[in-house]
Amino acid sequence: MAEGMKLHFEVNGDDFTRAGETSSKVKKTLSQLGFNPEVIRKVAIAMYEGEINMVIHAEGGDIDVEILPERITVVMKDVGPGIPDLDMAMQEGFSTADHSVRELGFGAGMGLPNMKKYSDSMDIDTKIGVGTTVTLGFVAQG
Amino acid sequence: MKISKIKEILEAEVLAGEELLDSEVDAAFGSDLMSDVLAFVNDRVLLLTGLVNPQVVRTAEMLDISAIVFVRGKRPDENVIELAKTKNIVLLSTTHTLYVASGRLYSAGLTGDEKEV
Repeated sequence: MAEGMKLHFEVNGDDFTRAGETSSKVKKTLSQLGFNPEVIRKVAIAMYEGEINMVIHAEGGDIDVEILPERITVVMKDVGPGIPDLDMAMQEGFSTADHSVRELGFGAGMGLPNMKKYSDSMDIDTKIGVGTTVTLGFVAQG
Repeated sequence: MKISKIKEILEAEVLAGEELLDSEVDAAFGSDLMSDVLAFVNDRVLLLTGLVNPQVVRTAEMLDISAIVFVRGKRPDENVIELAKTKNIVLLSTTHTLYVASGRLYSAGLTGDEKEV
């Protein structure tokens, strides 16, 4: 794995029940590669919240994962509506999700804060009407 | 605490993972909000919830949660049960409410899993 491994996934945006399949696959791959369980857990949680966001807000998108022995990078790109106020979106408890999402156990304004909490770096590039790209970085060796 | 003991205390029905009842959990967490479960849970806990959609099992998977108790007599549909089986997650269903189920387990020595908020 010296040159790293690159994975590409398409997230289906019209089926909430399938959200999380990509995170599940990546979690399994990282386990097979022998990464530290604590690192795997952080990647899985942050990525899963991102995947849920992509389905709730943006009708899906693309996820690219780069796995290096010392670093894991997850790029989640959608062509959704964009985030109008990023500062607000980063606040715990602020949400624009509708009631149907809340009934499913999400949409409580914890998505981006959880992604930030579990990743070692997070960069958000968003444009109204164009889409949002969230890049999550994880340090894999300590 | 062994999951078989939890089943007994909650008079619960096993929906998935009958063969895993000998495994143990260290603590428990109760919530209907999966984002809070993702934010606050540490390893090896039992999750108690009234939600029955596939995302409950997905959330458990991401956190390595080995067992879920559905409270208030809730039962997920067959797809959710099958998903749990493929992930080796035990599913139990009890007629007790979240409060009573938590109280019974806490009284029997299964405490919470509080991370710093």
